[in-house]
Amino acid sequence: MSAYSWLAGFAQTAGLLYFVGMFLAIAAYAFWPRNRARFDEASTIPLRED
Amino acid sequence: MTAQAQKTFSLAEAGSMLAFAATALLSLVIAAGSVDQGYTFHALVFAAASVAAIFLIGNRYMARPVSIPLEIDGKPNYNMEPVKFAVWASVFWGVAGFTIGLLIASQLAWPALNFDLPWTNFGRMRPLHTSAVIFAFGGNVLIGTSFYVVQKTCRARLAGEIAPWFVILGYNLFIVVAGTGYLLGITQGKEYAEPEWYADLFLTVVWVVYLLVFLATIWRRKEPHIFVANWFYLAFIVTIAVLHLGNNAAVPVSIYSPKSYIVWSGVQDAMFQWWYGHNAVGFFLTAGFLAIMYYFIPKRAERPIYSYRLSIVHFWALIFLYIWAGPHHLHYTALPDWAQTLGMTFSVILWMPSWGGMINGLMTLSGAWDKLRTDPVLRLMVVSLAFYGMSTFEGPLMSIKAVNSLSHYTDWTIGHVHSGALGWVAYVSFGALYCLVPWLYNRKQLYSNRLVEWHFWVSTLGIVLYISSMWVAGIMQGLMWRAYTALGFLEYSFIESVAAMHPYYAIRALGGAFFVAGSLIMAFNLIMTVRSGEEAEQEPAAALVPAE
Repeated sequence: MSAYSWLAGFAQTAGLLYFVGMFLAIAAYAFWPRNRARFDEASTIPLRED
Repeated sequence: MTAQAQKTFSLAEAGSMLAFAATALLSLVIAAGSVDQGYTFHALVFAAASVAAIFLIGNRYMARPVSIPLEIDGKPNYNMEPVKFAVWASVFWGVAGFTIGLLIASQLAWPALNFDLPWTNFGRMRPLHTSAVIFAFGGNVLIGTSFYVVQKTCRARLAGEIAPWFVILGYNLFIVVAGTGYLLGITQGKEYAEPEWYADLFLTVVWVVYLLVFLATIWRRKEPHIFVANWFYLAFIVTIAVLHLGNNAAVPVSIYSPKSYIVWSGVQDAMFQWWYGHNAVGFFLTAGFLAIMYYFIPKRAERPIYSYRLSIVHFWALIFLYIWAGPHHLHYTALPDWAQTLGMTFSVILWMPSWGGMINGLMTLSGAWDKLRTDPVLRLMVVSLAFYGMSTFEGPLMSIKAVNSLSHYTDWTIGHVHSGALGWVAYVSFGALYCLVPWLYNRKQLYSNRLVEWHFWVSTLGIVLYISSMWVAGIMQGLMWRAYTALGFLEYSFIESVAAMHPYYAIRALGGAFFVAGSLIMAFNLIMTVRSGEEAEQEPAAALVPAE
């Protein structure tokens, strides 16, 4: 197997797993119940004037 | 109290004066040895700019107080002067860039408008148009709004005193060098990356300082959470730096020559170019302007972001997906098939975060939809989201190989780009400019809301004429190019397809004229807001801000 086809194969399989994993981790972080209050608070940052 | 603190040159002041002196000297040496007249001109421009910078820093030192406080009476002492400069620079470059666009659109319909001069032919004016609208107009909007938003959402003064000015003035100097270079025939011929090596090097320095100013401002924030708009700005700044370095890895022939050669070759060079090109769309024209959406729409609608949690998923999904979409510019080329399919697949998946972000922006208006009727500025921004949704649906569609075989190399692409550029990028920028001018100059409201209505309707009519004529023209071109006779010969010669385009090119130029007219209405309205607007009274603290 040439280095090229090895690399292409690796990119196509490990890349898929890596992206799905990243997506799940980010979604878990964003929707974790304990983070809710913090994010609701952050959504009003532009409205607080000084 | 007699013991006043002694005023001394800061390290930044002394260091940058020395650096500018060295640059001036180097520029003069290059001007003396240059083998190209245009390059000599650019070296002299750099020398003059460096000398001017030394004088400006010196004058500023004489005029400034001993130290500039970060806070006054517990409130951040915001530095809005560079933002003001960026606002007017973007108004100027916007009108200029749209006008050049109108000229080249007219050249396509009526070639006599090339005037038979080398400097005004389509080949040189076209990059002048794209750079003027994307980098000059869009870039100034992005730098200006990012300096505004990062200060407001971090509740901290912009980091550095010389550095923000170096960023905004240096960036505009880069634009001038790039634009005059195109007219004089200096180009490396890479689409959206035409400036030659010396301009690229200078932009790299400016951009690194931009990143440092932005990061240092976040570093000194009073607000514990880093607001999502700052994440989008940061992704824009960092990714543009990476793209710029990758696609401009060029070796100059000599320090006395403007010409350079790229280190990549063949299909790798093509892939680098479109990795750069598509991510210029993704990170310059999308991520940066999404940052504007996430600050200015909640602010203007006086509603919190619809779902902050969706904005987090939106951010990470968008930046992870966009970076892979570039190969869709190289369908049916020497690029390996699997890489083409990869580009297509990521482009189609990209539809999801794009629409997630659009929905998040639109739903921010829930409970405030009535404002669309009364506030034309908010309407501009909401319509920009509608165009964003439309062009981020059209883009994935066109990236599908079967569709691309019809659409590629035709004017459909031009129409698609302009529905995004005029409808999304320009409209959200206009919205931000209409917000910023009264805020920055402490005015109650704009000079005229009726003129904003006029701007909105005149430009919207222009966009509709533009994109619908390009859809018809593009699909017609694609179909004419692939039409065969019963005997298997091509049915049309290429020139027949060119002749068939004439009415659509004329309609497109008319649409462009409407868009230019709209931008002139905006420029007038913004200038009149500053000159004759009523002062807002709610901020008496403004009088205490030290003169800059």
